[in-house]
Amino acid sequence: MSDEPQQRPTRPIDVRSVGREHVRVDGRAKVTGTAPYAVEHDLGELLGRELPLLHLWLVTSRIAKGRIESVDASRALAHPGVVHVVDHTNAPRLQGDDEPELLVLQTPRVSFRNEIVAVVAAESLEAAREGAALVDVTYAEEPFSAELTDSTPTYKPDSVNPSMPTDTEEGDVDAAIAAAEVLVEETYRTPFEHNNPMEPHAAMAVWEDDPGGGSRLTMYDSTQGVHGVRSAFAPMLGLEPEQVRVLAPNVGGGFGSKGVPHAPEMAVALTARALPGRAVKLAVTRQQMFSLTGYRTATFSHFRLGADDEGRLQALEHRVVEQTSRLKEYAEQTASPTRMMYAGPNRRTSHRLAMLDVAVPSWMRAPGEMPGAYAQEVAIDDLAVRCGLDPVTLRERNEPEIDPDTGKPFHDRRLVECLRRGAERFGWADRPSEPRSRQEGEWWVGTGVAASSYPMMAMPGNTCRVEALHGGRLAVSIGAVDIGTGAWTVLTQIAADALGCPTEAVVLRIGDSDLPSASVAGGSSGTSSWGSAIVAAAQAFREEHGEAPEVGAVTTAAAEENPEKERYAMHSFGAVFAEARVHRWTGEVRVPRLLGVYSVGRVVNPTTARSQLLGGLTMGLSAALFEEGWRDPRFGHTVTQDLATYHVAAHADVQRLEAEWLDEADTVATPMGSRGIGEIGIVGSPAAVVNAVFHATGVRVRDLPVTPDKLVGQL
Amino acid sequence: MPTVSFRVDGVDHTLDVDVRTTVLDLLRERLGNTAPKKGCDHGQCGSCTVLLDGRRHLTCLALAVSYDGAEVVTAAGLGEGHADGLHPVADAFLRNDAFQCGYCTPGQVCSAVGMLDELREGHPSHVTEDLDAEVDPDDDELRERMSGNLCRCGAYVGILAAVRECVASGGEA
Ligand code: FES
Ligand code: FES
Repeated sequence: MSDEPQQRPTRPIDVRSVGREHVRVDGRAKVTGTAPYAVEHDLGELLGRELPLLHLWLVTSRIAKGRIESVDASRALAHPGVVHVVDHTNAPRLQGDDEPELLVLQTPRVSFRNEIVAVVAAESLEAAREGAALVDVTYAEEPFSAELTDSTPTYKPDSVNPSMPTDTEEGDVDAAIAAAEVLVEETYRTPFEHNNPMEPHAAMAVWEDDPGGGSRLTMYDSTQGVHGVRSAFAPMLGLEPEQVRVLAPNVGGGFGSKGVPHAPEMAVALTARALPGRAVKLAVTRQQMFSLTGYRTATFSHFRLGADDEGRLQALEHRVVEQTSRLKEYAEQTASPTRMMYAGPNRRTSHRLAMLDVAVPSWMRAPGEMPGAYAQEVAIDDLAVRCGLDPVTLRERNEPEIDPDTGKPFHDRRLVECLRRGAERFGWADRPSEPRSRQEGEWWVGTGVAASSYPMMAMPGNTCRVEALHGGRLAVSIGAVDIGTGAWTVLTQIAADALGCPTEAVVLRIGDSDLPSASVAGGSSGTSSWGSAIVAAAQAFREEHGEAPEVGAVTTAAAEENPEKERYAMHSFGAVFAEARVHRWTGEVRVPRLLGVYSVGRVVNPTTARSQLLGGLTMGLSAALFEEGWRDPRFGHTVTQDLATYHVAAHADVQRLEAEWLDEADTVATPMGSRGIGEIGIVGSPAAVVNAVFHATGVRVRDLPVTPDKLVGQL
Repeated sequence: MPTVSFRVDGVDHTLDVDVRTTVLDLLRERLGNTAPKKGCDHGQCGSCTVLLDGRRHLTCLALAVSYDGAEVVTAAGLGEGHADGLHPVADAFLRNDAFQCGYCTPGQVCSAVGMLDELREGHPSHVTEDLDAEVDPDDDELRERMSGNLCRCGAYVGILAAVRECVASGGEA
C-alpha cells in the first residue's frame, strides 16, 4: 500500500460511461431541496459536539474613502440577542499583506464605499440585522474618484489576468491602417457586470482552541475551491494548512465570483476566531454582494481594423481601457481573444487601467474573453458591412494558419466547421444581405452571427486518492467542487471508466480540503484538471493492486502534463447565431432563436454539458440586453444593487435556445478527450445578438446592453 | 413574543417568534427546513417559494405572525404520498436536467406546482390573449408564468421542458 502522491503519465481512457447521458447523481437532493448549501449545515454534527450558533451581519462603510474615527457599538450591544461586535479596534490580528482584500477589520482605513467596517454577532438573524443598524460609525472622509470615463487617467499594469503580457505588437499597424482599403475605427463598450449567483456568498465557521495547544478552523464555505480558501486563510490566521478545513459539498453557482475568497469569508473566520467554540454563520445580503464579492469591470475597447477590398485583415488594433480598485489590482485580459482569433500580419493590443476608489473587481465568467470577444466580433460585423461581405465568409477568409499570438500550430481549430454547421442548422443562407430588410407587423427582424473561443486550461496541483472499500466499491477522493457544473456526476463517470468499473461502484468524495488537493472550479479547467488526476490515480491503482484489490488498498497519484501539449496552441471554438426582433415603436428587443455550435473536445456528459452551454448562452443573452451595474460617481457605489434593478434574464426572455457540438475527442488535451465547457457559452453570444439587432434595424449599437433607449427614435 | 402555529410538510409546529421573523427565516432558522432558499430576501428572485395554504408564495416577504395557522408545503415535503417519494414535477425537473447548481430549484419546483394549479383553474396571465376563453398553455404562457423564479445558471430551457411535460401529462401535480 502506498499513500505517496506520484506524478505519472496517463493513457487515454476507454470510454463507456463518458460520452453518455447520465442523470445528475446529486439531482434528487437538488430537486427536493435537501442538498445543504454553505449556511445550511450543522457544524456541531460534523464535529460531533454541541456548538452554540451565532448569526452574523455586516456593517459596511458609508464613505468611499477615508478613516474611521470611531465605532460605538454600545447601542448594538444593548439590543437583546446581540452578543459581540467586531471592528478594527478589537478584531484578531491577521498576518501578511499579500491579500489586501482579505485584510478585513485591521485598520481604520476605508478604501471603497460599502467596505466591511464591523461584524455583529447575535443569537438570532433578526437581532444581528438590527444590531448592525445600531452600530454608530463616524468617519473622516477624503476626496476620492470612482468614475470611469474616456478622460480618466490610466496606467499600464505589469501583466493582465492571469499572467498575460499587458501589450503585444507585431508588424507596422499604423502603416497598414494607412494603406487599408477598408477601415473600421470604433469603440465598443461593456458595462459593470455582477456575477449574482443565486446562492449568496456565505460561510459558517467554528474556531476551536485545543487545550493541549494548537487551534483549528472548520468552515463550510460557498466557494469554487476549498483548497484555495485554505491556502489563502491559513497563513493569514497564523495556522498551518492542516489546521484549517474548508468544506463545500454543494455550491449554488459562482460564475467566477467564488473563485477566490473575498472579504466576507474572512470576516466570518475572524469572528469565529474572536468567539472560539461557537459556530458563526453569515450570508452576504444581495445588496452587499454588489460591493463585496467581485464583479466585472466596465471595458472600453478601441478597435482599428484595416482590410483589403476582399476583407482580408491587414491590421488589427485593440486598445483596452478599464478600471481596477485602489485596494487590489485586477486587470481583465480583455484583448486576449484579439491576439489569437484572426489572421493579419500587423497587430497591436494593449490594456490600460484606471485606478479608482471602488470595490474590488474580480473574475466573472470568461474574464477578458467575454467583453473582448464582444468588441472584436461586433467590429468584425462592422467590417463585413463595410466590405459588403457575408460575415461568415469574412471570418472564413481570415482564418489563421497558425496561432498569431504564440506562432504555434493550433491543435484542432475547428471554427470554420462550427460556423458552417451552425449556418446550415440556422438557415443562414436565406438571410437578406441588406440590413433592415424584413418587417413583420410592428417588428423589425434580423439575424446575426459571432464566433467564440476559449483557451484550453488545466491547472497544476491536483492529486487523487483511490481506495478499495467493502463490497467491491472504490472510493475516489479529490477536493474538487461542484458549483452546478455537474462535477459530482462527470467525475463519477470519469472515475468509473478509468477504473473499468460501473458508476455505481464509485464512491466519489469531493468538496473538502481534507481530501487530496484540487484546483479551483474556474477557467473551464475543473473537469480537465481534476479528471486527469483521477485518471492518473485510477490507472496507477489498477497497476498496483490489479482488478481484485484487497479492501484498504490505496493509491494516490497526480497526472503528469502531456508533453505533446507544449507543441500546440489549444483552444475551444464556437459559432453563435441569433435572431432578433426589434419593436418599431418601443425599441424592445426579443430573441426568438439563439443557437451555439461548439468544438470543445469530447463531451463527458451530454446532459450536464448541454445545460452548461445553454446556461452560458443565456448569460450572454442577459448581458446583451439587460445587465448593467450603475455606479454613482458622487458616492462610489452601485445604485442598481439588487435583482429588481440589476436585470438578469428571466424565463420569458429566453425563447428557442439550442446548443450542439462537433463529435470529437481531444486526447492531447486530456486523457478523457475533453477540453472544458464552462465559459465558452457566454463568449460570442452577446455579439451575435447585437449583430442581429443591427441586421434587423440598420442601427448599430456598440455599447452593451442594447436597451430600448439606444434604439428608439431611430426605428 | 407571540406564539404561532404552522403545519410544515405535514408536521405541526407551535413556537414563539420574534415579530420580525419572516416565514422564510422561521422555516430555515427555527425549524431547520432549508428547502426554501434565500436568494434576495426582497421578493425579487423566487428562491423562497413554497405552497402556502395551497398557493405558491414568496416566504421572504411574509412575516410569520401574519400567517399564524398556515399550512406550508416545501419542495422537501412535496413528494409525500407519491411513488418513490418524488413529486412528478420534481421528477420532471430531474429527468430534464432543469437545473445546474440547484439553488433556485426548490423554489422553481414549488412555483411550477402552484402554476399548474392556476392553469387548471383557468387563471389568465399577462400574455393571455383571450381572457374569457380557456387558457392555451403554450410555451409563452408557461415561460411567462414561471418568470417570477430567476435562475442564474440559466436552466430555463430545461425548466420549460419539465413543465411542458407536466402540462401534457394532464397536469397531474
Ligand atoms: S428570497 Fe424571496 S424572492 Fe428572493
Ligand atoms: S439552478 Fe442555479 S440558479 Fe437555477
